[in-house]
Amino acid sequence: MSLFDLSITEVHKRLKAKELTAIDLVEESFKRIAEVEKDVQSFLLIDEEGARKRAKAIDEDIAKSEDIGILAGLPAGVKDNIVTEGITTTCASKILENYDPIYSATAYKRLLAGQAIMIGKMNMDEFAMGSSTEHSGYHSTYNPWNLDYVPGGSSGGSAASVAAGEVYFSLGSDTGGSIRQPASFTGIVGLKPTYGLVSRFGLVAFASSLDQIGPLTKNVEDAAHVLQTIAGHDGKDSTSANVHIPDYISALTGDIKGLKIGVPKEYMGEGVDSQVKEKIMDAMKVLEGLGAIIEEVSLPHTEYAVPTYYILAPSEASSNLARYDGVRYGVRADSAENLLEMYKKTRSEGFGAEVKRRIMLGTYALSSGYYDAYYLKAQKVRTLIKQDFENVFEKYDLILGPTVPTTAFKMGEKISDPLTMYVNDILTVPVNLAGLPAISVPAGFVNGLPVGLQLIGKHFDETTILRAAHAFEQHTEFHKQRAQLVRG
Amino acid sequence: MSISKKDVEHVANLARLALTEEETNIYTEQLNSILGFFEKLDELDTSEIKPTSHAFNITNVFREDKAGESLPREKALKNAPEQKDGQFKVPTVMEG
Amino acid sequence: MAYETVIGLEVHAELSTESKIFCDCSTEFGAPANSHTCPVCLGHPGVLPVINKQAVEFAMKAALALNCEISTETKFDRKNYFYPDSPKAYQISQYDKPIGKNGWIEIEVNGEKKIIRINRLHMEEDAGKSTHSEFGDGTLVDFNRVGVPLIEIVSEADMRSPEEARTYLEKLKAIIQYTGVSDVKMEEGSLRCDANISLRPEGQEEFGTKTELKNMNTFKGVQRGLEYEVKRQTRVLKSGGEVVQETIRWNEEKGITVSMRSKEEAHDYRYFPDPDLVDMVIDEEWIERVKASLPELPDVRKARYVEQFGLTDYDADILTSSKALADFFEATLEYTKDAKSAANWIMGDLLRYLNEEGIELEESKVTPKHLGEMLQMIEKGTISGKIGKTVFKEMLDAGKDAQTIVKEKGLVQITDEGEIANIVEAVIENNPQSVEDYRSGKQQAIGFLVGQVMKETKGKANPQLVNKLIIENL
Repeated sequence: MSLFDLSITEVHKRLKAKELTAIDLVEESFKRIAEVEKDVQSFLLIDEEGARKRAKAIDEDIAKSEDIGILAGLPAGVKDNIVTEGITTTCASKILENYDPIYSATAYKRLLAGQAIMIGKMNMDEFAMGSSTEHSGYHSTYNPWNLDYVPGGSSGGSAASVAAGEVYFSLGSDTGGSIRQPASFTGIVGLKPTYGLVSRFGLVAFASSLDQIGPLTKNVEDAAHVLQTIAGHDGKDSTSANVHIPDYISALTGDIKGLKIGVPKEYMGEGVDSQVKEKIMDAMKVLEGLGAIIEEVSLPHTEYAVPTYYILAPSEASSNLARYDGVRYGVRADSAENLLEMYKKTRSEGFGAEVKRRIMLGTYALSSGYYDAYYLKAQKVRTLIKQDFENVFEKYDLILGPTVPTTAFKMGEKISDPLTMYVNDILTVPVNLAGLPAISVPAGFVNGLPVGLQLIGKHFDETTILRAAHAFEQHTEFHKQRAQLVRG
Repeated sequence: MSISKKDVEHVANLARLALTEEETNIYTEQLNSILGFFEKLDELDTSEIKPTSHAFNITNVFREDKAGESLPREKALKNAPEQKDGQFKVPTVMEG
Repeated sequence: MAYETVIGLEVHAELSTESKIFCDCSTEFGAPANSHTCPVCLGHPGVLPVINKQAVEFAMKAALALNCEISTETKFDRKNYFYPDSPKAYQISQYDKPIGKNGWIEIEVNGEKKIIRINRLHMEEDAGKSTHSEFGDGTLVDFNRVGVPLIEIVSEADMRSPEEARTYLEKLKAIIQYTGVSDVKMEEGSLRCDANISLRPEGQEEFGTKTELKNMNTFKGVQRGLEYEVKRQTRVLKSGGEVVQETIRWNEEKGITVSMRSKEEAHDYRYFPDPDLVDMVIDEEWIERVKASLPELPDVRKARYVEQFGLTDYDADILTSSKALADFFEATLEYTKDAKSAANWIMGDLLRYLNEEGIELEESKVTPKHLGEMLQMIEKGTISGKIGKTVFKEMLDAGKDAQTIVKEKGLVQITDEGEIANIVEAVIENNPQSVEDYRSGKQQAIGFLVGQVMKETKGKANPQLVNKLIIENL
């Protein structure tokens, strides 16, 4: 058994009792990385020296019997779009290959303040654009459950590293499902908090009105602990919500009696794989068995969510990614005769195909003459999608469905057809458009590949999501299974 | 609405991307297929609907007007691909 | 055919906040390159802007002073374009909901009053500063200025001559300066002006093709640049040609406008609401609070000067043209009741001195107290008005008060009849010809004799007394 199979509370107890050291935990991480990283390839950067140094410092704190944080000593992965001062941050893009950050993201600072130990920076689809991590500018990451399959994306490295036991937990980011979908594909827990709950300061922007940082963990309790550490108002982020942060751990009571859960018929329709659907129905039975009231509801504008998302997100991205121009940081193309040529060469050589495609799409959608037809129209449909959720949440506490219509797909299967890849986001993007919190928890396997159950909550009602997800987890065994790194 | 090769070239220029002939062809085809997919939204009458630009409504988030510490110059310039006399250097801006 | 000139101005003013509009870097002018920057204003990956509240209040204040309506719902948008001095490759500006709109100011040209309408006033961030190498081997960029808050004031095309444009700009500067929200110094770039100018046949409703004139860095430059452009466009039209819509630069040194020949296709800024910033809601209470903080503005103050102090329109106009000057004038009146005389000294000797020295009032050494006390001394007859000129000059040069100067230089007026009488007698004796002339009816000869007495006393003799004694003696 790995040290990483101990619960956070157990690790914490043993650290304080000096039966375990932070160094032990870090070495466990490096041992596992040595075994599996060549197959999984979840890291873009491993900071061995820094991690050992921090572990030593934490052990010294413990020796001085100073109070330590609940995440103290836990090896963590941080998605490479979260800015870490002094540690190269590339967003898996060639254009930032040499970017040496001069400041740190708020969420990362909170993680460090909580004494977690960052092992390294996790692979992702370039600038978080993609659902398979095949769009990394460096290399792909492989699904630990079956190395011939994608781990999902864009937080594929964050998800795979947790599923493969390389780190205790990871931070990811979710713009249209980038935490939940890879969590679903790799059989772990992925939580996308309410927009505004976790500071976006230092999260490299993809689509600013949708992006949100969240944890990827082995179980719900871990997710609650990590969320507790990173959530909270930040004066550096104007969209950060100034709300009371509840005690997420004490919400994990196991009691969901009378909880009203709506299952949108649109989330269980034609496009959803029948075997995946079966697992979700099984999950519904478990929850009903625990006293939850489950009823069918409707989110009538669901079918419009993907086009809406793929107008809004690329539009914001086209502007957000304009700053990578070779002037102040990052890679500049050589041998440009003049400024215009420098811009074009730098950006054409530095960005990958998917990023360029989305920049093109977004630039077009915002350009003169098309703004009303695309961007404004999509903003209006976004209102309708939000209203759908508001209507259901008038009567229900949670919304349930699959996280993704399918299990993980094979490497290379969808890379050539962007539209097919986009359509697969149908169940995750509505949540971002409405700014809601949602979690994906393991709900079974189809042909050896994990299935994720998605629970969506009201704004800032992470506690209900966590409570229900935790209750479900306590009565199932899926989260206890470990990926075996097989092929075929 | 369909997008022509010329449109693609124009958009690429706005976005400061240089596309090869092949890329231009691929993007023209792919963008057309994606834009076709967007037409789905035309099914909805949104004339009376207000646009949403934020996940939820917060207003008036301000900071007080107090100057803080700036970066040391070396740090500001640390990542500069090229620098001279404490300034960022770029190739000549062509005015013509 | 006769043509009518049509001009609209776009004026940028930097707001005098302590910190930048979206980060807490200092806005101080003249610091070493790139020493007032941070990850936010350098546009590093992942950074976010937070609005400086003072910038919003300053913009509101300026908008109210320019008779604008305040938008109760306003927001920031992104204006997307690539340029090395724009770190994010977009400028945070305001597009469809500017903080102020539908304003106006009144100008007066050749005795005629005219309303110039203001279309909008919006907030935005300033760009950095690029220096282009003369040898074409690159451009250097300093980001100190990036993120300094700006307001842009866009007038309607209501001006009909370069002179009107200049007057409008001067009036705008005075009003903004009164509100205290900006330094409005053209030479430091805290006030900048671009103009749209076109010609149309007289009587025609429709506007002609306009050119956009940039780089006019002085008030005189604005007028001269526009005058040049009027002539150029007239020439083009009269020779049967067409004005090309383009951006042109005023070259102050050569006194000509030069086409910028920008080949770049028409701008497409792809404005959209900045998702990193939240909307602003400005309620009545906030507007009232800012309104209450507005000082008395130039027009009102001018009217008051005419009414309260009996000054001429012309004098009142000059005194209220800058807030500092008007404040100086009123502070002087705390020491003297003779407003007319105070006004004359300020408009005459003081302004001439400032002009000659090329300095601002704030930089000069003279204070209202010094001037006021000197005026008191003149009123009391301690010194003559003529001596006053010497004293005032010394005040401006050395910053001393009148009493000290008079004492140090022994400039106290001689009012002792006996002393003056002795000198008068001597002068009469030494100038028999003048005496003769006077007696034969040449009244002006007395002036020469008075002058001789003043010369003997180094100007210190009381002139009225001298006059009286000479007449008595003759």
